[in-house]
Amino acid sequence: MSTTQIGRAPTSAAPADRAFKVLRILLPVIVAAAGTAAWEMVVRLNNIPPYVLPAPSAVFSTLFSDWGVLSQSLLTTLLTTLEGFIAAAIGGIALALLFNLSKLLEYSLFPYAVILQVTPVIAIAPLLLIYLPQQTAVVVCAWIVGFFPVLSNTTLGLNSVDRNLAGLFQLYRASRWQTLLYLKLPTALPYILGGLRIAGGLSLIGAVVAEIAAGTAGAGSGLAYRIAESGYRLNIPRMFAALLLLSLAGIVIYAVLALISHLLLRRWHESALGKEN
Amino acid sequence: MTEAGFSDVELGAAGLAVSLRDVTKTYDNGVMALGPLDLRVRKGEFVSLLGPSGCGKSTALRIIAGLAAPSTGRVQVLHDAAATLPGQNRPGQGIGFVFQEPTLMPWTSVRENVRLPLKLANMPASQSDTQVLEALTRVGLADFADSYPRELSGGMKMRVSLARALVTDPDILLMDEPFAALDEITRFRLNNDLLALWRNLKKTVIFVTHSVFESVYLSQRVIVMTQRPGRIGAEIMIDAAEPRGEDFRTSAAYSEYCRNVSAALAPSYAGQAAL
Repeated sequence: MSTTQIGRAPTSAAPADRAFKVLRILLPVIVAAAGTAAWEMVVRLNNIPPYVLPAPSAVFSTLFSDWGVLSQSLLTTLLTTLEGFIAAAIGGIALALLFNLSKLLEYSLFPYAVILQVTPVIAIAPLLLIYLPQQTAVVVCAWIVGFFPVLSNTTLGLNSVDRNLAGLFQLYRASRWQTLLYLKLPTALPYILGGLRIAGGLSLIGAVVAEIAAGTAGAGSGLAYRIAESGYRLNIPRMFAALLLLSLAGIVIYAVLALISHLLLRRWHESALGKEN
Repeated sequence: MTEAGFSDVELGAAGLAVSLRDVTKTYDNGVMALGPLDLRVRKGEFVSLLGPSGCGKSTALRIIAGLAAPSTGRVQVLHDAAATLPGQNRPGQGIGFVFQEPTLMPWTSVRENVRLPLKLANMPASQSDTQVLEALTRVGLADFADSYPRELSGGMKMRVSLARALVTDPDILLMDEPFAALDEITRFRLNNDLLALWRNLKKTVIFVTHSVFESVYLSQRVIVMTQRPGRIGAEIMIDAAEPRGEDFRTSAAYSEYCRNVSAALAPSYAGQAAL
């Protein structure tokens, strides 16, 4: 009897593992379905009017009926986010490289990068809107919140070079450029990708914040502007629909950046390797 | 500091590859790590630096490699012009260095890791291909050229590191406790392979280790270093018949040498707390 139990133990482990994986996907889906159903029930049973709380069904039907307006706004916001993100990526990496070349520059400028980061962007946005054309101001907001994680992560990565590898480059008389290209940047790559993953989500937040600020001034066409505008018009279902799209956009941005990171690191970096290694 | 030209002639005439005179190293915090140290290594000689941890033997090696500057004293290293790469006349090309860890770049293949010294010397890949393959064949890893370092065992990684040091065909090979982290069987095998390479390639090897048995097995001359600041405590010539192999490792002569070296090493550990 004991032998049969020993024999069974390893075979039952694999299906249990798979069941666990399925559960990890299934559980959040069940929570979402239950939550939506409860919400729908509460609205229907209490006859709550849509301008107080729209039922999920009303939100979805608005999503489809207003798709023309909403998709245009989604595109606008995504474009702003992308511009802010690219500016943050280039600016953050370039500044980190400059800091790495010159400590003087780092000591002079780093405190201001921190100040820019810790000052709430919602407070900066109205000022930017005064001094800059609206579209530029929105992109600048997305850049401000996105660039710091790229800067600090890249700086950390560039300073994480293996001491002996650095010695090896010195032994073979590598030029500064070669050391940067073949040693420092590859070392920093996982850190840079981590920074970019954070920056992607933050750029969306920056874009939304700036659009809300611009929306109160009465102009704009992004998703956040749609939310503000719908609020004035008590079009609550459309507010929810726009919010849903913003969440989805954030998830997609994160997923795309995580995928790029995985593809670049899968052959060598611990973070992308399976547990068995 | 290395003085090219003049010192090369002087060294070459004396048949020396490396010469240290009154070299000391004092760290910024005032700790004297080394010396004064006098060391002369003949061309083609296999010398081991043996000593307790922290006695400055690694520091001495880094000074010879030019990775650290001596505080005082004179360092001369012979750079054979024939061994430098075409179009490369900079010092440093004549030295190969193997660290205690394999020190490979994890983000690229074995082939690219071995190619690194040639790439840094601006040799085009088409030209360096054969040299890289040759170096990998020497350490028995030609079939693993496209593997990534993480896919290799500890011993294989060390072989890659050795291939990288050999790829520029340096005159002098500096090895800093290269096999210390490996299991005994792997270490024995790498010891034999290193001896075979040394016999075939006629390199000058300076090998840092804290293993008495390894130093006796490998070298023609064992230099026992004292506690910090590291000086030469004793020099023991190992006059065993070449080629050495497993027979030597189990011979009475080998045990006798090990006993002598251990005895010479004992004062270096005197005064240290019981281990």
